[in-house]
Amino acid sequence: MTTSNLHLYVLAAPLLTAFFVNLLGRKSRSWIAPLALGSLAFSTVGSVLVLLRVLTHGAYSYTVGNWNPPFGIELLVDHLSALMLLLISAVALIATVSALKSAEREHPGREHLFFTLYLILIAGLYGLVLTADAFNLYVLLEITSITSYGLIAMGKERAPLASFNYIIMGSIGACFYLLGVGYLYILTGSLNMADIAILLQGLYGTAALATAFAFVLVGLGVKMAFFPLHGWLPNAYSLAPTGAGTMIAPLMTKVTVYLMIRVILTVFTPDYAFFHSPLVQSGIVWVAAGSILCASALALGQRDLRRMLTYILIAEVGYMVGGVWLANANGLTGAILHIVNDSLMTLCLFLAVAAISYRMGGTGFDRLQGIYRKMPVTMAAFTVGAFSMIGVPPTAGFFSKWYLILGGIDAGHWGFVAALVISSLVNAVLFFRIIEIGFFFAPGDAHGHGHEAHHEEIKEAPLQMLQPLIFTAIALIVVGLSSGPLVDKVIRLAIPGSF
Amino acid sequence: MAYASSIWPLAAIGISLLGTIPIMLSGRSPNLRESWTLLIAIGKFLLVASMLPAVLDGASYNFVIAEVFPGVPIALRVDAMGMLFALVASFLWIWTSVYSIGYMRALEEHGQTRYYASFALAISATIGVAFSANLFTLYLFYEVLSLSTYPLVAHEQNAEARYSGRKYLTYILGTSIGLALPAMLITYSLAGTLDFQVGGVLTGSGASPQLLALLLIMFLFGFAKAGLMPFHGWLPAAMVAPTPVSSFLHGVAVVKVGVFSILRVIFHIFGPNLLLEINLGAIITTIASVTLLVASLVALTQDSLKRRLAYSTIGQLSYMILGAGMLSAAGMTGGILHIAMHAFGKITLFFCAGAIYVAAGKKYISQMDGLGRRMPLTYMAFLLGSLSIIGMPPLGGFISKWNLVIGAVNSDQLILLLVLLVSSLLNAAYFLPIVYRGFFAKAAEETTESGIKEAPLFCLIPLGVTACGSLALFFYPDIFLRLAQLALFP
Repeated sequence: MTTSNLHLYVLAAPLLTAFFVNLLGRKSRSWIAPLALGSLAFSTVGSVLVLLRVLTHGAYSYTVGNWNPPFGIELLVDHLSALMLLLISAVALIATVSALKSAEREHPGREHLFFTLYLILIAGLYGLVLTADAFNLYVLLEITSITSYGLIAMGKERAPLASFNYIIMGSIGACFYLLGVGYLYILTGSLNMADIAILLQGLYGTAALATAFAFVLVGLGVKMAFFPLHGWLPNAYSLAPTGAGTMIAPLMTKVTVYLMIRVILTVFTPDYAFFHSPLVQSGIVWVAAGSILCASALALGQRDLRRMLTYILIAEVGYMVGGVWLANANGLTGAILHIVNDSLMTLCLFLAVAAISYRMGGTGFDRLQGIYRKMPVTMAAFTVGAFSMIGVPPTAGFFSKWYLILGGIDAGHWGFVAALVISSLVNAVLFFRIIEIGFFFAPGDAHGHGHEAHHEEIKEAPLQMLQPLIFTAIALIVVGLSSGPLVDKVIRLAIPGSF
Repeated sequence: MAYASSIWPLAAIGISLLGTIPIMLSGRSPNLRESWTLLIAIGKFLLVASMLPAVLDGASYNFVIAEVFPGVPIALRVDAMGMLFALVASFLWIWTSVYSIGYMRALEEHGQTRYYASFALAISATIGVAFSANLFTLYLFYEVLSLSTYPLVAHEQNAEARYSGRKYLTYILGTSIGLALPAMLITYSLAGTLDFQVGGVLTGSGASPQLLALLLIMFLFGFAKAGLMPFHGWLPAAMVAPTPVSSFLHGVAVVKVGVFSILRVIFHIFGPNLLLEINLGAIITTIASVTLLVASLVALTQDSLKRRLAYSTIGQLSYMILGAGMLSAAGMTGGILHIAMHAFGKITLFFCAGAIYVAAGKKYISQMDGLGRRMPLTYMAFLLGSLSIIGMPPLGGFISKWNLVIGAVNSDQLILLLVLLVSSLLNAAYFLPIVYRGFFAKAAEETTESGIKEAPLFCLIPLGVTACGSLALFFYPDIFLRLAQLALFP
């Protein structure tokens, strides 16, 4: 009984710690680091154990307070959610090490508030991947959204405005999702995912179900910043406090993609979602292909590293959505593997950005001249992350792209294949532009922007920011090389047998 | 054929990969750094050579690094074809290292630590390509090579070098991601494997001839390091790199990795029989012939010595692909052999160009009148190198070109015979005037050039060795001949 509660402890640890961080951190900031890191380390160990349990004993569900479904709250721990649990734990833990340092500089005296929201957000993400109830999912989605609105508004300059934009878009997205769930409740009288799936079986032709499905998808599409619905993301993520961006950017969109997969597989079932209307299925892949190209094109226009990354993030969402909707084994494998890989490489790049802005005060391209000489370790790790985004083997990004392209070939969807290839090429241009500026321009030699004053003081980032960065860069290669077992032992089992 | 798992191929690749660490750490002491470079180069050659006897007996060394996709591991295998390439590359790397020391020090170049480290990484990737057991592993090392040579091309760090670096990456990465990667995935989707097998893996995959033709074209242009037109533009641009880089990477390693990859695809993914069956050889020979003739004609017009050599390289690379495309035994053998023969010849020529630049500071052929009388040894080596490339006996180039000619006759493609003959004449026309002007033309201003003498010994010895190597290969081509035949008909 003790081990089967484990996933609840994983969720509870950051949630409870959030209150202690608020209370004790108010008195002395020295409490914050041990509390935050301790709870996340605990969750990480717990997630590893949960994953191991799922790998040996298979998926299991858990009813909170022993109220049986469909009335009680049910949590579902299968291969997919256990993998996500571990991913969230690991990314959050690594990001926090660096976030502690940047929060110290950016929010003096308000760190306890920052980390209260930060930990509640992480707890909300855990809840999202665990829940097996469509309405609880809405509640948890709002918890993560509201905490991230708060975190983003703590940033400087126009961050409150960006946050306000996000609130409006995010609330619209949440309303769409809630409306969709409302339709489902009217149709079935249930909110439990598995229960809904059974009750829906006779209703595939109805317009009401199609409406519900469309509402849910659009709602999630806004939250994950799927291309035409992405407007809020670039400002929100590039103006957010550095520490918040480092954690939110790798996780938020990826968890929402997970939710889409969960909703398709568990609530609507692939039979309905993918195969009832082939036109919708291939239509969404086309939209995804288009969104990849548009977001990549927009990334080309940016002159600030962090902002450029936010557009790449949007393009990557297109990768995963397209991969899921290819509706074949390779496509789904690629999408799930890309959730893992994209989180890690986004983390790597945002950690590098955090280190650069800590030393340089910003990430505009003009500040990056000669940065390889000043911050060699940071930039080496950045280069690994960049190669992973481009898709150079043996970094992780290559392997998920492989499955995604293979899925596109299997489905005969050449538009999507072309979009992936072109986007890789655009990424190559984007990152080699940075490498060229950082490596082959001597500081201030081309335009004479006059940062001469601080050039001499600039040195490598503090160790506390370097350690997580180096660790992530190494992880990118290790995860890449072990993607064989990862796919065989975890991801293949997360995909329904019918594929 | 014996299949034993063995760590040796990994060691042969890894030695220079690990070697980048001491090279980077000893950046403050150039003598120590160069000692490491030489030590690693010699060690690498010995490791490669130690596997030669078993390979000549028809055995192969295998090693699986990681299982990454179902049926597609990252795996190494040392077979005859890989051995031939690795032997040439690792042997010439030793002499390039010696030459680098002379060249870089004489010109007091900056960023030498980065230079030596990138070089060590590049040679690792080259041997990795040679020892890849499947197309995926080959692609992996191919990309590592592209990225590790970028700092070498952009070494000068001025606007021209940055522009060339950008051009280099655009061509090389653009084609490999845009064409070779999708082609590889389509192949995997069709055949279910990417292993190199004698006779190919695509036979019986049920693909239509049109799709196969498209795949072949994607591979031919996707491996743009082979310089097939119209994707050759990066090679002349890359000549801004220091001369040791041009000589080794753009005369031997990088460009031949491109050719090697294409030959692997032709021999061990498609298989000559499949290509004969649906008559795809014509595509290969047409593209190669056009490149061959156009590149030779362009070479005639180049005044910059290194650029002339670059266009000559583009033409010579197409010889190898042309030979493979003939699909006759002698033609294919000649194609593989030319990898080795051209390597020795071309590296000599580049070494000479660098020696002339170090000693006299001259880059343009029109300035080199009478220089041969001041640098007789360099010019003798240049003569030997160019005779080998033209294909004259008694130099190595004759052996491979002879096989190519026989191949053209055997496959009843007399038009190819004509292409080969015309091209050889063109080769002579763009090389021999350089030697003639060096020895016999009257120097413009004799007085100002009185100070010119031979390049430093560190430059002179390597070019002497490789020139003699070209000569020796005419008399003792047996090892390479045997390896080429084993690669095709085990």
